[in-house]
Amino acid sequence: MTTQTLAGVPVERDAEGFLTDPSLWSEAVAVAIAAEEGITLTERHWEVVRFMRHAYETTGAGPNVRLLAKASGVSVRELYALFPRGPAKTAAKIAGIPKPHGCI
Amino acid sequence: MRRIVILGTGTGGTPVANRLRRALAPDDASIVCVDRDDDHLYQPGLLYVPFGRRTLPSLTRSRRAQLHHGIDFVEGEVDAVELDARRVRLADGTVLDYDYLVVAAGARLAPEETEGLTGPGWMQRVFTFYSPAGAAALADAFARFNGGRLVVAVLDTLIKCPVAPLEFTFLAEDALAKRGVRDRVEIAYVTPLEGAFTRPIASQRLAWLLAERGVELVSSFATASVDGAAGRITSYDGRGVDFDLAVVIPAHDGPAFVTRSPGLGDALGFIPVDERTLQLPGHPEVFALGDATGLSTSKAGSVAHFESEVLVENLVATFDGRPPLARFDGHTNCFLELGRGEALLIDFNRDVEPVPGHYPGPVGLPLLAPSRLDHLGKLAFESLYWHALLPGHSIPGVASPMPRRGKRLSMLRHPAYAGGPR
Repeated sequence: MTTQTLAGVPVERDAEGFLTDPSLWSEAVAVAIAAEEGITLTERHWEVVRFMRHAYETTGAGPNVRLLAKASGVSVRELYALFPRGPAKTAAKIAGIPKPHGCI
Repeated sequence: MRRIVILGTGTGGTPVANRLRRALAPDDASIVCVDRDDDHLYQPGLLYVPFGRRTLPSLTRSRRAQLHHGIDFVEGEVDAVELDARRVRLADGTVLDYDYLVVAAGARLAPEETEGLTGPGWMQRVFTFYSPAGAAALADAFARFNGGRLVVAVLDTLIKCPVAPLEFTFLAEDALAKRGVRDRVEIAYVTPLEGAFTRPIASQRLAWLLAERGVELVSSFATASVDGAAGRITSYDGRGVDFDLAVVIPAHDGPAFVTRSPGLGDALGFIPVDERTLQLPGHPEVFALGDATGLSTSKAGSVAHFESEVLVENLVATFDGRPPLARFDGHTNCFLELGRGEALLIDFNRDVEPVPGHYPGPVGLPLLAPSRLDHLGKLAFESLYWHALLPGHSIPGVASPMPRRGKRLSMLRHPAYAGGPR
């Protein structure tokens, strides 16, 4: 666990860089995390990121890739093009929510 | 007289029905179970079918015969659940009204979700042992396999029994060695996970065991397509794995009727019940357990078993007008076959990952270590399944809350593991 300043806000992040408190997230924080991942957020990225936050707020967890694709209407192939290092994980990180688990 | 309808009579639905029948007087509650056929398959046994060690008939019994006296069994396909009207419509037009609904309809394989998988080569050089027909077809192909590249590929993160593909790999390696052709075979294990398993300590141990058997571990591999004609699996990031014989675990969806029932499930057909009470938010009269839920717990028989105790307690409490106080902790318990007469046991829950030690207490079966005793435990479990688990009897020492005694929990505070992924 480390404390960092992202977009001028002090936030705590776990060993893999996920925010430990999703309420400290803002769009500016998202832009900063995306930059670390080498991603410049386009409107299509934002659709996915907003969907992830909405899913987290309603179900308490980020969806896996296939559920994300089915529910958001962005195909799995396009999701991997947008987030090459793994859509569910990377989009969750940028959305400031915990790492999704396929299973425990 | 209130009516309880249970959809699905597998590892989850059967013990729920039997426990409810004992807990509620026949004058107070009727119990109706629905399933599409009368064939109850002991699913853990599918693992042995490709090696000719078990046949499908020996793993199958009547569903109806597993249900206690006083439980009605309706054979039929569910069309949809109408949550607001509190009724279930069957495909043949039958309508079942309910006061309480339990969805225990499992998960279904969705091979069509992976590009090319059901195209050329499917069931010829690309198989799955996750379906009865697939396991039987693989038995023939595996018996003839005497050289080349064997690839075991997990195609999605959300699958039933996440240890079964590893077990298949270890048993195949052992069978090929015994056949005397091991040196003519390359084996690769392909997974979308970052390692051999989800949690760090078990992942490290299992990666070591794979390496020891000369199995290549290909991780973080998100399969985009399977080309049976060319013998190649391709990932979304452009990597390729070649095979002569592929054994894949297809993606899974929830029951088809869930996606036809507004408000019941998510876009894949899994039911987002509360992970502790197993009730559907907004519908305290609707419960779900086992593979059909959208919970982050493993889709494993032990989970359905442990959930059944919690679900029955909460349904009976709700029935009696009391608050549902029982809580499921995510307890999961899996015997993992390693071949060579050994197995490895893992026991964990939402908060405590698999660690070494003993289960269910300091004097018990070894955890996370190859053991002859664990292999015998796995074989003995089949009898317990039919005679204790399905009837809903308590198994001594095996209860829903995960035991902490006997586990080396101090390992979780070790700097190598602390602070990592949950």
